[in-house]
Amino acid sequence: MPDATGLELIAQAVRAGVGDEAVIGTSYYREQATLEVPPARVHDVIALLREAEEPWDRLMSVHGCDYLPEEPRLGIHYELLSMERADRLRVKTRIGVEDPHVPTVVDLFAGADFHEREVFDMFGVYFDGHPDMRRLLMPEDYEGYPQRRDFPLGGEPVMFTFNEHKFPRWYD
Amino acid sequence: MTDGPRDPLSVPYRERERSVTMERLDAEPVSGTAAVTEGDLDLHEELFTINIGPHHPATHGVLRLLTTLEGEVVRDVKPIIGYVHTGIEKSCEDQQYWKVITFVERMDYLAYYSNAHVFCMAVEKLLEIDVPPRAEYLRVIHSELGRIASHLFGLATGALDMGAITMLWWGCRDRDLVLDLFEMSSGQRMHTRYFQVGGVFEDIPPGWEAKVREFLEIMPKRLDQYLALLDRNEIWLRRLKHTGIVSQERLLDLGVTGPLLRASGHPWDLRTAMPYSSYADFDFNVPIGSVGDNYDRFRVRIEEMRESLKIVEQALDGLPEGPYITDDRKVALPPRHELATSMEALIHHFKLVTEGFRVPPGETYVAIESPRGELGCFVLADGSAKPARVHIRDPSFANLQALPDMARDSLIADFIACVAMLDPILGGVDR
Repeated sequence: MPDATGLELIAQAVRAGVGDEAVIGTSYYREQATLEVPPARVHDVIALLREAEEPWDRLMSVHGCDYLPEEPRLGIHYELLSMERADRLRVKTRIGVEDPHVPTVVDLFAGADFHEREVFDMFGVYFDGHPDMRRLLMPEDYEGYPQRRDFPLGGEPVMFTFNEHKFPRWYD
Repeated sequence: MTDGPRDPLSVPYRERERSVTMERLDAEPVSGTAAVTEGDLDLHEELFTINIGPHHPATHGVLRLLTTLEGEVVRDVKPIIGYVHTGIEKSCEDQQYWKVITFVERMDYLAYYSNAHVFCMAVEKLLEIDVPPRAEYLRVIHSELGRIASHLFGLATGALDMGAITMLWWGCRDRDLVLDLFEMSSGQRMHTRYFQVGGVFEDIPPGWEAKVREFLEIMPKRLDQYLALLDRNEIWLRRLKHTGIVSQERLLDLGVTGPLLRASGHPWDLRTAMPYSSYADFDFNVPIGSVGDNYDRFRVRIEEMRESLKIVEQALDGLPEGPYITDDRKVALPPRHELATSMEALIHHFKLVTEGFRVPPGETYVAIESPRGELGCFVLADGSAKPARVHIRDPSFANLQALPDMARDSLIADFIACVAMLDPILGGVDR
């Protein structure tokens, strides 16, 4: 892991390469370095990190999470990996639930395809420029984004012999 | 039916069959093949879309493959997933941390020890608790035995797809030996829930070590038998060699890890590259392939089983004495005998069972090497006794994206071999 100092150096390089507003903050928690960036600059920052002098050239995972009740609510995490240095760096962006749009990184890492579709499926974040932005795991006609924290944990009623009277004329 | 030059039926049937070549659609026509194109009639337009699955024995689960065929040649594949999506990640948010272990074990249902391991490691990282060395060794032993069981089952069902049914019986027979060991140490054959946050659930029973050593005696001979059965089999070799080749750079770009990546010659293994648990203590090799075809994938898995046997043997030899779970009473249940005499033990037991332990707010991503590649676990804690988000980065999920590249422009029979050697676990893909 890059230590706290190394993380600041990376943040400095990103600020110099992409722009001063490209890094909102850095955090170093439990030996994990995180670079927080605004949603609009995700693509630029990851492209820069990928081509940097010490490159972060692999994207292992993209996942979303919901920070309810904090604002902005949604978070998207990009887990970058450098196989040469056996080191990890997380790029994180926060975005509200109202019409969330983030630029895609599929053009940088082809493997981000399924991961971004899953985040869209579960949190409703649109990845602009993604070639195939459809639901991945849930049915195509599903309504709502099930992994958001305000989405109730539900289920479909299953019929057994003990409750079949609740399904009148189920055999029709 | 019109008699235009674009009507493919105007060409005799045999001619049409000959038009199917192994070249790409968009490739420049090879000189000498001009005979099959008559006038402006482009015979390559004759594509046929067929749906394989979701319920199909060769898809290793509930995987739907939308394939575009030209004769017998696969021109494109689109994996469609989600048929066994059960919302495990959502359910995890409604469970206390120590109950989530049961859920995550059911994702990749052949490598349950790995799933439990990565989740426990993530929670331990958030809690900042140390795992006693004996527990780490026991975890490694069980994870590696699980790797053998998983590879065996993948090999057995994969061989079945290629018509080698003997391998199915042999593989399942020897996997049962491993499951017997699991049953002895934890009481369950599958989904054992043996790993706890802070250590393991129970110490190994007396006689277990001797049983494992017996297995370590048997297994290398069995691996030789598999090779004798398969590696000199003309059909097996011709179906695997030089099929499903994807370049190493493309695999890396797709985020593919595990035996698939190692078969292409890249020695990336998290056990050696970023050692976790107690893997730094053991001496083992990382087998890699040279061509990156299905045969290399098969051989890499066989050799990985040998290396796993070596790790298990070393871990048994060096198994340290001491506690098998952390003595932090806020996290681990107190020993049963203390409950009768100690008030504090009773309170801790009650609080842990009813409320569970609380985890300080924070987020972490931990990755380990599962039998299929990098298994990552992201846990977001909000300070309560239940996680706010659990996400598993399953290796099958990422590896499945390589299937179109593996299968494109190969025969449909090789495509089945590609799925078999990709070895996706759909429970892990869909979660």
